[in-house]
Amino acid sequence: MSVGRDDFVIAFRSAFLKKKDKQKFSLLSLILLSLVVIILSNLNFKPIKLVKLGINEIIYRTSFIISKPEKYLQNLNSKFNEHMNLFENYKNIKSELEILKEEKITNNFLKLENEKLRSLIDENINSTEILAKVMIDRESPFLRTIILNKGTRDNIKLGMAVIDSVYLVGQIIEVNYSNSRALLLSDLNSKIPSVLAPQNMQVVISGTGKNYGVIEHTKDDLEENLLITDTIIYTSGLGGLFKPGIPIGKISKDQKNKVNFFSDFTQLDFVKIISLNFGDEK
Amino acid sequence: MSSLNKSSFVKVFLSYLPLIFLFISVFNEFDFNYLEIENFTFNFVHILIFYWTLKNLDRFGYLSIFLAGVINDVVVGIPIGVSSFCYLILCSVTAYIRNITLSPNFVKDWFSFLFTIILINSIQVIILDLIFLIEISYISYLINSSFTFLFYPVFFILFNFLNQSISVKQND
Repeated sequence: MSVGRDDFVIAFRSAFLKKKDKQKFSLLSLILLSLVVIILSNLNFKPIKLVKLGINEIIYRTSFIISKPEKYLQNLNSKFNEHMNLFENYKNIKSELEILKEEKITNNFLKLENEKLRSLIDENINSTEILAKVMIDRESPFLRTIILNKGTRDNIKLGMAVIDSVYLVGQIIEVNYSNSRALLLSDLNSKIPSVLAPQNMQVVISGTGKNYGVIEHTKDDLEENLLITDTIIYTSGLGGLFKPGIPIGKISKDQKNKVNFFSDFTQLDFVKIISLNFGDEK
Repeated sequence: MSSLNKSSFVKVFLSYLPLIFLFISVFNEFDFNYLEIENFTFNFVHILIFYWTLKNLDRFGYLSIFLAGVINDVVVGIPIGVSSFCYLILCSVTAYIRNITLSPNFVKDWFSFLFTIILINSIQVIILDLIFLIEISYISYLINSSFTFLFYPVFFILFNFLNQSISVKQND
């Protein structure tokens, strides 16, 4: 029995402490170093922050260059699929266009009316848009984020909204000097205060880690309302981070509590980062 | 003379190929997500590190594995050091297996790999979910671990072939 334990101890010590000819560091020293790095990377000291920013800058740039061939394959795959579904898409787009033409006429009137009412109550919400290129779109199964080529030098700040044409795709969660990271709506950690139309109910939209979201934190009678008609979800503007009225997604009446986002997060190339100013604030 | 130079280039290139694979896969976060097959992901880096640290440690330095972990953390967006810690735990298991194994056996290696990926994914889940309070999907981790386990034999054959080529070239 003691021989068995001795063998275990010898094997254990040999595994952790002995270095082979080509190894410069023992396993134990590197394991301890990684533990120190985990602790240090989460402390808010300025030198550590600067080192972290430097590491991020270098790795994001390198990853952008190295992931070019994979991105090319990705585009090839999506182009092939688009080509195969060309006729089907054409038919769908044609019917959608007819509906949109009708809606546009009504919307123009509503837009004018809305502007008139806002000026009456002296409400003034300004936003500035910064165009950014998506450098890396690592939709890992665990965390869904994208890296953008705009950072503190372009006045990007934490919490800013990221949109694809007019649709919300996420928010900025990390800012470096020349780049930033945005958390996509589909990530489990994404929680967006929203409003349902036409029900006019305040909800929180949460990501699921998949390509759709779900409604969190709301009243129980919501489910019945969702079954009556298709529901569009907009940002509510609560919390003051996002401009109210940015479209997020849609819940079809036959899909209970499944939010289909308007934007396809796998096809993001350029996005807009929005900063929100209330009144005359700059 | 030229053929001699060519041969030495191939030899050097082949010997660095596992390391090149490691860094390309951490920079790319190689998981075939663009195929858009729902729930299909596997961790190529775990297979790569497990095989090469078990079969031919001369191809991988522990320091390069540590650096690969740091890169992976930055690319994925998790606290720096978590992946390095997990990769090094994987290395310590392979080092232990190497020390206690007299006659290598594929099935034993394969099931040791299952134990190892369950161990390191559990450590990662504990660090991310319980310490850093980052919400993660346990199901995604489970699916990822299962596919990683299932894909091991495929890569075992490919890496065995590469390992033999490296050994043959080095003995030339």
